[in-house]
Amino acid sequence: MKALYALYPDGHAAERAVDGLRKAGVTDNDITVISAQPMEGFNFSHIGHKTYMWHIACVGGLVGFLTATGLAYITETSWPIPTGGMPILSWWPNLIIMFELTMLGAILAAVMTLIVTARLGRRRPVLYDPEVTDGKILVGVENPREASIPDLQKALQIHPSVSLKTI
Amino acid sequence: MKLPSDETITSDLLHPLLNTSWRFYLLVAFLGGIVVMGLGTWLFQMIMGFGLTGINNTIFWAFYITNFVFWIGISHAGTLISAILRLVNAGWRRPVTRCAEVITAFALMIGALFPIIHLGRPWLFFWLVPYPSSRMIWPNFRSPLVWDFFAINTYLTGSLLFLILPMIPDFAIVRDKSTGLRRKIYGVLALGWRGTTKQWHRLETAMSIMAVAIIPVAVSVHTIVSFDFSMAPVPMWHSTIFGPYFVAGAIFSGIAGLIIAMATLRKLLHLENYLYPLHFQNLGKLLLMMSLLWGYFVFNERLTVWYGNDEAEMNVFWVTQSGSFSPLFWTMVTANFVIPVIVLGIKRFRTITGCVIASFGVCIGMWLERFLIVVPSLGHKYLPYSWGTYTPRPVELMITTATFAAMVLLYTLFAKFVPIISIWELKAGKHPSPALFPEGAREHPLGEIHP
Repeated sequence: MKALYALYPDGHAAERAVDGLRKAGVTDNDITVISAQPMEGFNFSHIGHKTYMWHIACVGGLVGFLTATGLAYITETSWPIPTGGMPILSWWPNLIIMFELTMLGAILAAVMTLIVTARLGRRRPVLYDPEVTDGKILVGVENPREASIPDLQKALQIHPSVSLKTI
Repeated sequence: MKLPSDETITSDLLHPLLNTSWRFYLLVAFLGGIVVMGLGTWLFQMIMGFGLTGINNTIFWAFYITNFVFWIGISHAGTLISAILRLVNAGWRRPVTRCAEVITAFALMIGALFPIIHLGRPWLFFWLVPYPSSRMIWPNFRSPLVWDFFAINTYLTGSLLFLILPMIPDFAIVRDKSTGLRRKIYGVLALGWRGTTKQWHRLETAMSIMAVAIIPVAVSVHTIVSFDFSMAPVPMWHSTIFGPYFVAGAIFSGIAGLIIAMATLRKLLHLENYLYPLHFQNLGKLLLMMSLLWGYFVFNERLTVWYGNDEAEMNVFWVTQSGSFSPLFWTMVTANFVIPVIVLGIKRFRTITGCVIASFGVCIGMWLERFLIVVPSLGHKYLPYSWGTYTPRPVELMITTATFAAMVLLYTLFAKFVPIISIWELKAGKHPSPALFPEGAREHPLGEIHP
């Protein structure tokens, strides 16, 4: 079995299922919750929220800044062009290039971090159900241990009407 | 009136994607025809040379640079406004943001095209790109045109990503709701999006970072466009006020462009349940504020020049105030200040129709403003023997018309292939979480909007 999951009609039901899985000893890293929109009002929305994206964006900005500084310095000193009486190495105009590339570096770093950490680009996700698009909330566990499956089924079956699904 | 159910939101907003009427093909053919004519005219200009245009040794910038500044200004509608509203967590932004961000992307592309058209030999554009060529000539980093290259490309890259990232969850919705080839294409575009808590959180964080980064970039872009003028010792250009004056004007014309686009979408795609009169009223208030700010800048600029009484500047001053350019100047003042203040300042007139009328006026007025910055100053520089005048020729008129058609065409195609209102953001706003809204913004979640 690659995954065991159930679909819930609203966030409160999904919350109960997640709490049940936690009580069954499943760690947050192993719980998958999928919804058609962000569900910030619920505790399960904090699963996987820790990220260093802001720090990485700052590093990206620094890389952009250093690239611009190096590009301007090397260009102006290697191919000097006298212009309007300005010094060959003119930092005031260079600040514009440095600012733009700093921001570009931060933006690109944030997007790259998003792509990598959100695992975008995977064509065939293991655990997914198109019913999520209709408003259902999927709660499940990927690659569960065989011995733990009865406990997981019990945790996910918060109501007799909930039907469990497997992949 | 409350927002429709989740199912209705999905079906309403996917309807234009999954159903195509003959009107769409007719519109695309009409606009495509104008764009093709524009491309043909551009090719003709390349072959025959710039003698076909009205520009001359004195007035070497005219329609094309006016269009460049105008379109870059229009581009300030989207990403900047969207980023600000996102950062302050304004709930009413949700149906507006994508309509706005698309304007930015396409207006920037069209705007950036004009310096290339203006080159005359556009195939040499790559000389501006900073790379070591075989002739060992790198661009001059002290030239405002090179600053333009960096600023516009940074803003375009950021704006495209700011537009595309929130589209990914919507692509996943289309993937799940469609069949056949369409399902495959949107499946690829959705990049395997599932909607896990981790993915949502990463997306929101990335959007917040980009919103923080894109606001100063947007301000810098039009400041740098203003530097194209203010760095030159030309009468009424060499001014410290040009940076903020251009930024204010850009946001002003951008909001006007956004109101026109939203009203058109609302009518044609029947989005009355999503784009409320309140959205137009809010944007109308913003447009009114920018109109007053624009008037303040114009007054500052004019008073300072008049008080300084510099002979060269006064020549430009009087030719626009009461000379040959005065009809354009006073039309600009009427369209940018008088009409918006009357229409948007009186609550009874601040309807959707009123906002659209004021916005059309502002778009015309702001185009005239750009033209009046470029042409009269170049025609009345310090040495009277080099004074000149300018009359646009058919090639310039055709290419200008074609870019307006290109804007509408690109927007139409976008609205056909992508949900023009972010479905997931609308749903998220329909059930606002207390955690999403800080104290100050709590009274404005989308669910409480009444038309």
